[in-house]
Amino acid sequence: MIRVVSRTYQGLVYLLLYLPIAVLIAFSFNDSRSSLTWRGFTTDWYAKLIEDGDLLAAAGNSAIVALLAATCATVVGTLTALALYRYRFRGKPLAEGLVFVLIMAPEIVMGISLLILFVALGIGLGFTTVLLAHVTFCLPFVTVTVLARLNGFDRHLVEAAQDLGASELQTVARVILPMAAPALAAGWLLSFTLSLDDVIITTFVAGPDYELLPLKLYSMVRRGVTPEINALSTVLFVLTLVVAGLAQRLLQRQ
Amino acid sequence: MGDRPAKARGEARASDGNGPREQAGGFRRVAIGTTWVWLLVFALVPNLLVVAVSLLERGEHEFVHLVLSTDSYVRLLDPLYAGVFWSSFRLAAIATLVCLLIAYPFALALARAPLRWRPALLALVVIPFWTSSLVRTYALVILIKTEGLLNAVLLGAGFVDEPLEILYTELAVLIGFVYTELPFMVLPLYAAMEKLDWRLVEAARDLGAGAWSVLWRVLVPLTLPGIIAGAMLVFLPALGMFYVADVLGGAKELLIGNLIRDQFLSARDWPFGAAASVVVTLLMAALIGVYALSQRRLDAKGAP
Repeated sequence: MIRVVSRTYQGLVYLLLYLPIAVLIAFSFNDSRSSLTWRGFTTDWYAKLIEDGDLLAAAGNSAIVALLAATCATVVGTLTALALYRYRFRGKPLAEGLVFVLIMAPEIVMGISLLILFVALGIGLGFTTVLLAHVTFCLPFVTVTVLARLNGFDRHLVEAAQDLGASELQTVARVILPMAAPALAAGWLLSFTLSLDDVIITTFVAGPDYELLPLKLYSMVRRGVTPEINALSTVLFVLTLVVAGLAQRLLQRQ
Repeated sequence: MGDRPAKARGEARASDGNGPREQAGGFRRVAIGTTWVWLLVFALVPNLLVVAVSLLERGEHEFVHLVLSTDSYVRLLDPLYAGVFWSSFRLAAIATLVCLLIAYPFALALARAPLRWRPALLALVVIPFWTSSLVRTYALVILIKTEGLLNAVLLGAGFVDEPLEILYTELAVLIGFVYTELPFMVLPLYAAMEKLDWRLVEAARDLGAGAWSVLWRVLVPLTLPGIIAGAMLVFLPALGMFYVADVLGGAKELLIGNLIRDQFLSARDWPFGAAASVVVTLLMAALIGVYALSQRRLDAKGAP
């Protein structure tokens, strides 16, 4: 009896989580502007997306930013993880604390703090500021993922490499990085999806003229429900699903 | 806990180990240098700048006027803004509570599910975690708008005579928070329950505890870190997610997130926006402090 109740409840919660998304996806294929009645299957709304020049430009910008931000965040985040894992240095607790601050800070606080920084430094808002901001909020996810992986393996391997005469650089390149590779890849993929989806921080640092996909989607959503938005949301949803799914697989294999 | 000294020893050895072969210095310097530059420039300095800006005067031509002032903080006490804080906190707190009530039995069922199903069941919770919450907020609009699916079903089934006007109300914002943040409550709860020693529950039952006392005196205390972590993960973002209030509340519900955003992007009163943000940050710090404290007390209890 308890089992039946518990299973039913579980099913209901899953239904609650997925029903809105299922409806959204279904109506992106509906041959009608109304989101109430089903008038047959069409891919017209997707075709409309491809014809929208502004939207494509925003998508292009977002793709470039996401690729670069994920790559930079993986490099810097991994260096941070290596520094925290391998070395003792002055102020290490502060560095660890700052990584924690980056993880915990509400996005809106990080958004305005970076806006103030960029204005204070005189960097014009646009591509550069968006990239720097995205690297900053992706970085701790890479650091934490890589650090978890590094802490999971045997330190004797590193010691063995050094006893056999490997230099620090060789140890990092030939022993540590290969072992941490799945975490690096997962960190890159997660950073890519985070960068592609971010609305809050990007709102502050993009400036008025630099169009990005999530901001474009946001301004469309504020104007009301249309099948084009359903199609665009579906594309974004499937894309992040695939990328995050890959990342999850990489992490689970560890 | 016991691995702390061992870890420190390992670190000492690692750095001792490359002491004699000092070509190690190159990479070490690059790694530590990059870490410091990025964290100082993009984490420490920006946050200090927010505090600094909050203590300045609003500028006429520039964003700020370099005169010290606590006006912005005084203005936050104005009933209008105090009201914004109050309604944001209230809404975020209710959303947190509703998430907890939905997620707790759900996570319990998840932790007790057959082992071979668990990865798949868990993945279904994690998926919304990684997908855009703006997309998911929008999905809700389709469902709950006046001529939306929910009303069509309710009217069709005869449950209501008039369509429910949910969209653009406080209730819609609440539903939005709960829907977008439910996975953030489930995951830490599940993590706490997975580690739980279920023999303790059995022992309590064997000793004659009823369902309520098992829940209140065994399960809840043992999963408290998960409850607090989940509450933080729901409560804090709910304060800042201005797009949920915009899209579902029709910008009628002014929440802290919207207030801060407007100060920076339209009203151009940076010191005031910064002051509001400092208050939010302090609140966050207090919550993290409570979490760390509860964690430590629990560790101390579970020590033997």
